[in-house]
Amino acid sequence: MVIFAILAPLTVAGGLAAVMLRNTVHCALAVAVAFAGLALLFLQLNAQFAGFAQILVYVGAVAILVVFAILLTRSSETPATGVFSKTWLTGLVIAAAVFAVLAWAVLGSRTALPHEQIEPQIAVAQIGYALMGRYVLPLEIVAVLLTASMIGAVIVAMYEKGGAK
Amino acid sequence: MTNMLDQVFVLLKHRIVGLVPMPVQPILGAVLSVVAILAVFPGLFAISVLLERKGLGRMQNRIGPNRVGPLGVLQPVADGIKALIKEDLVPYSADHVVHFLAPVVLVVVVFMGYAVLPMGRNMTFVPMDAGLLFYFAMGASAELSIFMAGWSSRNKYSLLGAMRAVAQMISYEVPLLLSSVVIVMMTGSLSLDKIVEVQNQYTWGLPHWFVFTPMGFAAFVMFAIAATAETNRSPFDLPEGESELVAGYFTEYSGFKFAEFFLGEYVAMLSISGLGATLFLGGWSAPLEILNVVPSWFWFFAKIMVWICFYIWMRGTFPRLRQDQLMNFAWKFVLPMTLLNLLVAGLWRFMGEGWLRWVVCSAILLAAYVLGGRIGMRSKKFGPRSYRYAE
Repeated sequence: MVIFAILAPLTVAGGLAAVMLRNTVHCALAVAVAFAGLALLFLQLNAQFAGFAQILVYVGAVAILVVFAILLTRSSETPATGVFSKTWLTGLVIAAAVFAVLAWAVLGSRTALPHEQIEPQIAVAQIGYALMGRYVLPLEIVAVLLTASMIGAVIVAMYEKGGAK
Repeated sequence: MTNMLDQVFVLLKHRIVGLVPMPVQPILGAVLSVVAILAVFPGLFAISVLLERKGLGRMQNRIGPNRVGPLGVLQPVADGIKALIKEDLVPYSADHVVHFLAPVVLVVVVFMGYAVLPMGRNMTFVPMDAGLLFYFAMGASAELSIFMAGWSSRNKYSLLGAMRAVAQMISYEVPLLLSSVVIVMMTGSLSLDKIVEVQNQYTWGLPHWFVFTPMGFAAFVMFAIAATAETNRSPFDLPEGESELVAGYFTEYSGFKFAEFFLGEYVAMLSISGLGATLFLGGWSAPLEILNVVPSWFWFFAKIMVWICFYIWMRGTFPRLRQDQLMNFAWKFVLPMTLLNLLVAGLWRFMGEGWLRWVVCSAILLAAYVLGGRIGMRSKKFGPRSYRYAE
């Protein structure tokens, strides 16, 4: 509980900083903090695989890609005006609606699931067996989808030989 | 007696922990392990820096440091004191918070990696079920700190160095992970303790190290390449190429913060050598069955130091690569080879015992290596070397 009390504010603060800060690179770094906090929360819940994958994929790759995108597209100068967009009210409403739906689903799941006394021990090996056995088809579909999107990205970025130089 | 010597650190820890009341014991145990890691690896860092300066000096026909202490062995101490008492300069326009945090984050994540390395029999700090995954997660976090250092300095050279470093580390992380996956496929576990345990068997007095199997050897070579690039070591040291970028991402760091980057780089090198030794060279297991009388921790540290010497040798031998060569090598040669290696590892698993699988797997890998190399070279259209002025 003490650990949760430390981690949860850290994660929320990271998330808030990501949308409130003026400097875009600071926002990206704050997002990385939020990701790391989330990963630690997973670890606190004994979900080793999810926690490490969160760090490896989000802190290690996604945050870096975000930062790269910021630096390559636009100079990272701080905007002179405020960071709030004009439609912040709409955004707030949408965010609140999403939160309400998620909260409703989470609160509803408590009665739907059988009440278990012993918490399940999920080892990484079991996740592997599940992915390679029961869920192999979804896994492969996701793999094909990712490959297709990657080829698409390469084609978009590829230098057109016949076109204007 | 040998067993006693083998477990001397474990027994010592138990003795010390036994001195305090029960509820404090786990905390004290953890603190002791952390202190041991924080003491041993910076010590090794000092030794390897000295070794590097001396060894490189010899390779370049110089003597190397020889003023401080007998034969210059106290040079790292002098360097440390110098770094501590130097002024800590921060550029006026730098982003102060990020500038301060970058070296701290780097050192923290680099040391975290040691938590899962088995440094001897029963000598893993946190024997984790997904140890390998933890190690790579920590390694991936180091990239962000390098970016933070380069960006916050507000210096073109720093930023260029950081961009190079991050691009290189992301590109070589893929082969690094994929070559380790081969070992996971052969062991069936992500736990580093289990991986060492599997390799700690002997046939005719010879060990079952993964480097002695065809795909294990191929994975070992690619792991070594990717590890060199991941730690920004020569010949992959473009991020800090002195002739172009001053010092890359840590140009604007001075005093102890510079020392922290230096420490982080070497400690990362030691830790990735430890991981390589664990995955391919049997971790703490002895190279011959009769050598099992020597304590297991000795073998682990000996393998790390051999790996470091290899790094130093490479640094003294190879010229630096160009950025496009670096990227082409990672994505067009190493990555396809690692993918093929995964396939071969699967084939090995399903061909069963016997000599046939040795022949088939070796032949596939060798053919792919030779053909890939030849085709790659041909597309570059390299002719015989020509000299313009030196004839």
